[in-house]
Amino acid sequence: MPSWSLADLAYWDAKIREQIDALGLDCYPQEFELCNHNDMLAYMAYSGIPAHYPHWSYGKAFEKLKTLYDHGLSGLPYEMVINSNPSLAYLMRDNSLCLQILTIAHVYGHNDFFKNNFTFKSTRAEFTISTFKAHAERVRAYMEDPSIGADNVENILDAAHALSLQRRRNLAVKKLSPDDERRELLRNAQAAHDPFRNIHRRPDYVEPDLQKVPLSPEPDILLFIREHNPYLANWERDLLTIVDEEARYFIPQIETKIMNEGWASWVHREILNAIELPQELHLEFLVRHNQVVRPTPGGINPYHLGLKLWTDLKRRCDEPTPEEIHEHGKPEKAGMLKLLEVRETDRDQSFLRRFLTEELMREMDLFEYEPKGDDLIISKVADEQGWRSVKEQLIRSVGMGGVPVIRIEDADFGHKRTLYLMHDHDGRDLQLENGEKTLAYVHRLWGREVVLETVLAGKRTLLTYNDRGFSAKTVK
Amino acid sequence: MVDTIFRPFRSSEAERSDRSAGDRLRHRQKIRESIRENIADIIAEESIIGKSRDRVIKVPIRGIREYRFVYGDNTPGVGQGDGDSQPGQVVGKHGQEQQGQGGERAGDRPGVDYYETDVTLEELIDIMFEDLDLPDLERKALRQLEAPRSSKRRGYRQVGIRIRLDKHRTARSRIKRQFAAERRRRLATASNPVETTDDAARDAAAAPSAHRFPFHVDDLVYRHVTTQMRPESNAVVICIMDTSGSMDTMKKYLARSFFFLLYQFICTKYRSVEIVFISHHTEAHEVSEEEFFHKGESGGTFISSGYQKALDIIAERYHPSLWNVYAFHCSDGDNFDSDNTAALRAAHELAEICNLFGYGEIKPLGSRYYESSMLNIFRRLDVGNFQTVLIERKEDIWPSFKAFLAKDKHQD
Repeated sequence: MPSWSLADLAYWDAKIREQIDALGLDCYPQEFELCNHNDMLAYMAYSGIPAHYPHWSYGKAFEKLKTLYDHGLSGLPYEMVINSNPSLAYLMRDNSLCLQILTIAHVYGHNDFFKNNFTFKSTRAEFTISTFKAHAERVRAYMEDPSIGADNVENILDAAHALSLQRRRNLAVKKLSPDDERRELLRNAQAAHDPFRNIHRRPDYVEPDLQKVPLSPEPDILLFIREHNPYLANWERDLLTIVDEEARYFIPQIETKIMNEGWASWVHREILNAIELPQELHLEFLVRHNQVVRPTPGGINPYHLGLKLWTDLKRRCDEPTPEEIHEHGKPEKAGMLKLLEVRETDRDQSFLRRFLTEELMREMDLFEYEPKGDDLIISKVADEQGWRSVKEQLIRSVGMGGVPVIRIEDADFGHKRTLYLMHDHDGRDLQLENGEKTLAYVHRLWGREVVLETVLAGKRTLLTYNDRGFSAKTVK
Repeated sequence: MVDTIFRPFRSSEAERSDRSAGDRLRHRQKIRESIRENIADIIAEESIIGKSRDRVIKVPIRGIREYRFVYGDNTPGVGQGDGDSQPGQVVGKHGQEQQGQGGERAGDRPGVDYYETDVTLEELIDIMFEDLDLPDLERKALRQLEAPRSSKRRGYRQVGIRIRLDKHRTARSRIKRQFAAERRRRLATASNPVETTDDAARDAAAAPSAHRFPFHVDDLVYRHVTTQMRPESNAVVICIMDTSGSMDTMKKYLARSFFFLLYQFICTKYRSVEIVFISHHTEAHEVSEEEFFHKGESGGTFISSGYQKALDIIAERYHPSLWNVYAFHCSDGDNFDSDNTAALRAAHELAEICNLFGYGEIKPLGSRYYESSMLNIFRRLDVGNFQTVLIERKEDIWPSFKAFLAKDKHQD
């Protein structure tokens, strides 16, 4: 039996909520569910969603988590919270009282972040649970339908999962309707206003191709295939929709990992320092807190990095050093107000770009590494010459920056209904084996030849997948 | 803000809702498929060889990968040091997962998605040998080996174990009894109305509802099952291994792996096949399974000694007119020149009395060109049921093993 009761939790919860209000946080109603470690593993495997459609990859995730847990290689997270309204969080019943208090405070941090950060605005938190449940029911119905069957559903889901993150990332930017897009194309084709047109030769007017599909490069691969492959059955289209909707739900969490974890860690630290824990609980809290937010040598711990940034941001507003005042002027806002504003308006990339300072980077000893032969070698450290590059590199790799940008250029390439994809190469090559297998999935969904243009080792390369299989050739 | 809700833990719910069970099962099936496809690589792993059958082994298999477009090898990254990082320091190995890279990152570097899975050796062997058979198994006279074969159903009984309960017949006998009971009651009503009221009262007391007519012990019918003994073809497999000094650890390991497969295969498929182990250097000895797989020896090589021993044993115990004989020999082919003629003659003799005689030459890569080879000598042996293979790497073991056993199947 645990050494605490639900009444204890409610008591501390009330204290925590006083502090939440004092900090000015704004949360969804909160629900906690107590569970054992097996449930927790299952929730982790399904990203916390209570009713999720079945797919073997979640079984794999469960086995992997369980193996790691059973061998003591990784502990369980103290908490798991999902972006929904009311917010739903799971607490492990075997945890100590101190951990529960810490977890509860941490959960309110996430809760506040989910409710207020702009990236989550489009996730429609009040429908989260029911949406996933409806997805699960639809997928199950297709699996049980004798004319479809579990194997066919799995085939489509395998392919769709591989491509789920190949979609537009910034959900706050509205997708243009075809009409608007056409208008935009025509407008862009007009020559830009040139104040010196009398002395410049007039540029030739190039008529935009309004027959082209897609009109402009299209990042939403699944949705595009759903709309433009006439041979897909309705259930297949629906599966693509389901997978895409799920990706849309999770992308904000990928995009704000550092901010979100840092924010929740900052909130739980503030609260637990304020609610006057008894001494033994407080000591345990310090230990646990440090376990969570300590840096991982050689890597990046988002809890650590995020907490550092939030802490530093508040300090710079509340007690700026004379040099900082000299450089940036007096802070225009009180620290807490600034934090609340930033937690609303930023995502990891902008957050790091705006608030990761040279001093912080030096303090954390961030470095950039490059593969060289078999080793990963430090190429730049956060010194006078290197820090900008290290920062840029970090910004490029966080959030959805780790996912290559691939857009559909043409759906009727060579008038053969070949799907022509273009990888937006930024110096990082695609991993070829993954590229081949994923391209096979695109082919499975598109039903015709697919071509991906990318750059491998400095050479423009066309990866092709058609009925004869995979081939790669370099072109000039 | 609305009050926070705490939902207590309910153990019954937790036990009932093993939600990932279905997905785990499907994942496991996929692993099994993948094991089947990559069996050669798994066999090549040393961890399997020489283990007992019922042990759970960990098979490092390539996980069922989930592919995505991800960045490849030339991707730089950012890490955090302990305070004195300098350009040029090595922070990790290429291709290996970055240590402790916090949390799930979408589009993480691919890494190597190996993980271990628990499989019993039995299960693994089942998968491997699904479509292999001993070639040319003949039905010889005097089949004295009896094997317990499939259980056969023999009638029905009133007693038995639960799993053999025949529900259909049980239900039928209850209905019969019901009809009989009704009939009896009707007859009784007709002949003696007074007694009936008593009867009815008793029935009402016995059964809470008039419609209820529960099963009785007498209704239960069980299927009766007997095991049948069936004579099987007599077969003996003779494993001959060169344990001379020139067989270094690697070669011995390859040979043993091969025989281990053979042994497991036979145990799986043929319950009553006899196996003889012979190890030889300049002299040959019949040894136990344990010695065969685990003991090292040294000395020169007379291949003929091993064959002679096999011939002796066959003559003594397994007369070819009664037995299907299979002989397999593994050696590095480094025989004393003076023995070659004798070896060839003995091999010829063996091939004549065996259903199949296989010779595997173990030549780890690199050693092939400056050592003598028996393959050249055995080429002169022109007998249909003699086969040779060359094993150069551990990856060759499975293909050559299959070559031995599958080749003759084509001729059927």
